[in-house]
Amino acid sequence: MSALSHVPGPTGGTPDVQATDPGTERRGITGYLLMLPGTVWLLLFFLVPLVTLVSSSLYDPSGSLATGYSMTGHVQNYADALSEYGSTFVRSFLYALTATIACLLLGFPLAYAIALKAGRWRNLMLVAVIAPFFTSFLLRTLSWKLLLGDDSWVVNALQALPLVPDDLRLLATPAAVITGLTYNFLPFMVLPLYASLERLDVRLVEAAADLYASPFTAFRLVTVPLAMPGIVAGTLLTFIPAAGDFINSELLGNPRTRMIGNDINDLFQASVLPTASALSVMLMVAIVALVAVYVRRSGTDELV
Amino acid sequence: MVEQAGGLSGGGADLQIQGVTKRFGDFVAVDDLHLQVPEGAFFALLGASGCGKTTTLRMVAGLERPTAGRILLGGDDITDLKPYRRPVNTVFQSYALFPHLSVEDNVAFGLRRQGKVSKGELRTKVGEMLELVELQQYAARRPAQLSGGQQQRVALARALINRPRVLLLDEPLGALDLKLRRAMQLELKRIQTDVGITFIHVTHDQEEAMTMADTIAVMNAGVIEQMGAPEELYGHPRSTFVANFLGQSNLISGVVKSKQGDEFLTEVLGTTVRASKVTSRDLEGDVWVGVRPEKVILQRPGEGRQEELNRLSGGRVSDVSFVGVSTQYLVRMASGQELMAFEQNTGERRPFAVGDDVDLTWLAEHTFLLDARQDVRAGAELGDGE
Repeated sequence: MSALSHVPGPTGGTPDVQATDPGTERRGITGYLLMLPGTVWLLLFFLVPLVTLVSSSLYDPSGSLATGYSMTGHVQNYADALSEYGSTFVRSFLYALTATIACLLLGFPLAYAIALKAGRWRNLMLVAVIAPFFTSFLLRTLSWKLLLGDDSWVVNALQALPLVPDDLRLLATPAAVITGLTYNFLPFMVLPLYASLERLDVRLVEAAADLYASPFTAFRLVTVPLAMPGIVAGTLLTFIPAAGDFINSELLGNPRTRMIGNDINDLFQASVLPTASALSVMLMVAIVALVAVYVRRSGTDELV
Repeated sequence: MVEQAGGLSGGGADLQIQGVTKRFGDFVAVDDLHLQVPEGAFFALLGASGCGKTTTLRMVAGLERPTAGRILLGGDDITDLKPYRRPVNTVFQSYALFPHLSVEDNVAFGLRRQGKVSKGELRTKVGEMLELVELQQYAARRPAQLSGGQQQRVALARALINRPRVLLLDEPLGALDLKLRRAMQLELKRIQTDVGITFIHVTHDQEEAMTMADTIAVMNAGVIEQMGAPEELYGHPRSTFVANFLGQSNLISGVVKSKQGDEFLTEVLGTTVRASKVTSRDLEGDVWVGVRPEKVILQRPGEGRQEELNRLSGGRVSDVSFVGVSTQYLVRMASGQELMAFEQNTGERRPFAVGDDVDLTWLAEHTFLLDARQDVRAGAELGDGE
């Protein structure tokens, strides 16, 4: 997860701690003290639930909340869950991937324009990107439901167009789910991209032009590599939550567009703990594995 | 599109700037500039910041479009050519090295884009170029792992490897400390002589310009004040700006009285001062009579050679600064004006002290005349303190 360290933080860079002789020991203790609250927090609210989750994924599936579960180390839970929900897994990752690509395609030009072309409108545009966060995620997705609904003006207007079938539906389609995911996670793509592009030295692009690179080549060989930390951070911040999301499919989709988050949610609601836990653990492991491969392949750890 | 200039090959790579103007809104950065840089020259554009020299350079590179006028390279109009289609390369002030590429890849960037050389040839050329700037052992490093001087040389190699017909240098030594800058000045001069490519060098440092360039154009407020060889500009300034910006000058108010043979006779502070016609513009009436401080020889009142020297009497030493190789005197005249005189510390004579009465003497051929309507202080603050 080293790429996440590229997400701009308030300090913006690793502190340059130069240990001096008399202070060395105390500084060491200070370091541990500073880490303490965060460590305690993570232990309580991440590690403990994680252990509980993994162990409940190995419970005997014949139990229930009423009769209680017995810990039998039932690894078969994973195989069962995978065979039953495997296709949902694939669909979730496909939807998340499509939404991430859509976010990148929409977000890159937007972030580029804000960072390099907006001039005095820059702050206003940034506020506009962040503005959706002022209302709840749920409310915004419900609004999309209204917008894409069968009797909405959008659908009516589209139906009035030639070549568009009169029974056109937008709501309850895969496209609606992916559109919702794209919309909801776009700011998470734009902000890290903006942070990367804002630091881009345009003189480097000029230098590339001076050295016989056409605008497209300069973009490919200079702008994109230098924006890579932002691209990696943005795609991760978009892909990871999108892969586990269930709100968009719930509100904008249909039974055949269910994502893995929907199944996990329903299974937990129905108290089928072992299967729900096994799915959660698999989702987590799959994401960590994908991210690890991705970060290594993109080579951002080499970037200055 | 991009033509390899092939080093010393002829074919007329003169750069011509014809009536080029560049406006940014209401601000005129470059005003109807005419300039011709012969092929193979080491040409310096010298001026204070904001005089339009960098804008001129960027227009030659294609990074700015002239508002009016044409730019020709070897007879071809390149005014509307995109920067990546021009056989011109730039060494940027900030170096603008690609931080994500190694030194080797930075240097190879231009040749790769042109795609005209094989991989093996590319490696050879990059190796040769790194050798020229003495950076072979740093090929695999990133720019951030190099010192300022090394980065400067990478920037130079990255531009030179393309064998451009014109190499543009935008204050290339500005970020280096004094000692390194001196060394790089000689290095640049050596490389330019070796490769024979036209260098256009933008700088605000008059000493740097005089050290390296065979021709200097002094720019001020978007126009060229004067252009010529360093010795010519220094010896025969045509404006108060050049007189003050390029070195230092004593400018004293005078009146042209008559012309006699190859000399002008002027009256300065009640005495006759002779000025050679070679060094002076043909002026009448009120003038600034100028002489460089190091050309002035201080004499005890009435002593020394009499006839052949211009002599201003009635001065009194008001300040003495010892600067190692020379001693710099300020001499207050009866008129209240303070004049400068620099003397080499040869040890031949005991230095003067504050309060000594002195005459200022110098040769007619070291006198230059300037139009009295020009601002006597023009360029003085800019030229000092470098």
